[in-house]
Amino acid sequence: MITARGLSKRYGSKRVLQALDLTVPRGGFLLVTGPNGSGKTTLLRICAGLATPTGGELEIDADRAAIGFLGHEPLVYRELTALENLDLYGRLYHVPERRERIGMLLERFGLWAVRNDRAGSFSRGMLQRLALCRALLHGPELLVLDEPYNALDTEGAALLDRELASLRPERTFLVATHDPARLAPLASDRLAFA
Amino acid sequence: MKRYFQDVLVLARKDLLLELRARDTVPAMLLFVIAAFVTFHFALPSQSSDLAAKGLLWVALVFTALLGLTRAFVAERNERLLDGLLLAPCDRSAIWLAKGVAVVAFLAIAEVVALPAFSIFFSGVDGATIAGAVLADVGIAAVGTLLAAMASVSRARELLLPLLFLPVAIPVVVGGVGASVVDNPGRYLGFLALYDGVFAILSWASFEYVVTE
Repeated sequence: MITARGLSKRYGSKRVLQALDLTVPRGGFLLVTGPNGSGKTTLLRICAGLATPTGGELEIDADRAAIGFLGHEPLVYRELTALENLDLYGRLYHVPERRERIGMLLERFGLWAVRNDRAGSFSRGMLQRLALCRALLHGPELLVLDEPYNALDTEGAALLDRELASLRPERTFLVATHDPARLAPLASDRLAFA
Repeated sequence: MKRYFQDVLVLARKDLLLELRARDTVPAMLLFVIAAFVTFHFALPSQSSDLAAKGLLWVALVFTALLGLTRAFVAERNERLLDGLLLAPCDRSAIWLAKGVAVVAFLAIAEVVALPAFSIFFSGVDGATIAGAVLADVGIAAVGTLLAAMASVSRARELLLPLLFLPVAIPVVVGGVGASVVDNPGRYLGFLALYDGVFAILSWASFEYVVTE
């Protein structure tokens, strides 16, 4: 599903990625690890279509509608409620049976009771749950997740464990994490940045 | 095409809802334009002509628009929310068009207050001035939204936007003042319409490249 050859990315004079080759087959789960600033986030942003490589080739067998991205920021509007945020993204992704899907995700991630509260009033953990709802809303084939367990409490992390395990057989994953042991049972391959 | 305009509608509705909740752009624009008129009222000598006042009207409108444009991408800039919109499978020019629609709406609200206020402080505004303002709003929103997006990704955004916007707003002032003061404003209104068309096409076509990292 993802094939990169000689992938490079520079920001001005700073070289972030250099001649990276990688292949993630459909149904694969690539775990990306490495220290801060090693290029994990840049790789994920390029694969999600948020950044363009400055060198090399990248082929992704999925259009934007089939990619679910979770980054460092939750990408939700603080002035809108949880429901309004998901409704906005649901409309932009033209999700069929949008309301039912949003309701189901809010329920599953424990946000149904606060669906009419503004995202600005949420804790960091609740925002991460809402961001996960946003990333999964359109049923993406390819999930690009950058530190998905970030800010989640024990209950939230267990919830995400179950969600990823249930999605694992039918989706392709590209996940950056500082806690590879947690996701190791799901991973089919691993890319370690130095 | 229907899907494109649905996306524009969804995004523009979001911007209007955000302003309705936060109320930080339109009130600031209203206060600014009224404050500018009050300042100009005392700055202009009492024997000044209407022509000078009309010129100041357009200066005030352009700077009010600049104030609105500096806020146009605040929500998207904070916490990288633009990424969320760029990830969506809509045409990226729909983001520009929706933001432009919201900017036009904010400018229209500001002018609904500004033009009667101008009549109180200086002299009445005629139909040509109103038509000029409507055409100017479209042009300002078209090019201003593109430049606001460019500036929003820069660290020096507060400096960059006026530096980029004011030179390209000069034709708006020329066309607007011309439409306001001449007996036959058709030529100037046509000029403003041409400006709108040219900059709308340029901005529509180039927005994707401006927001691509």
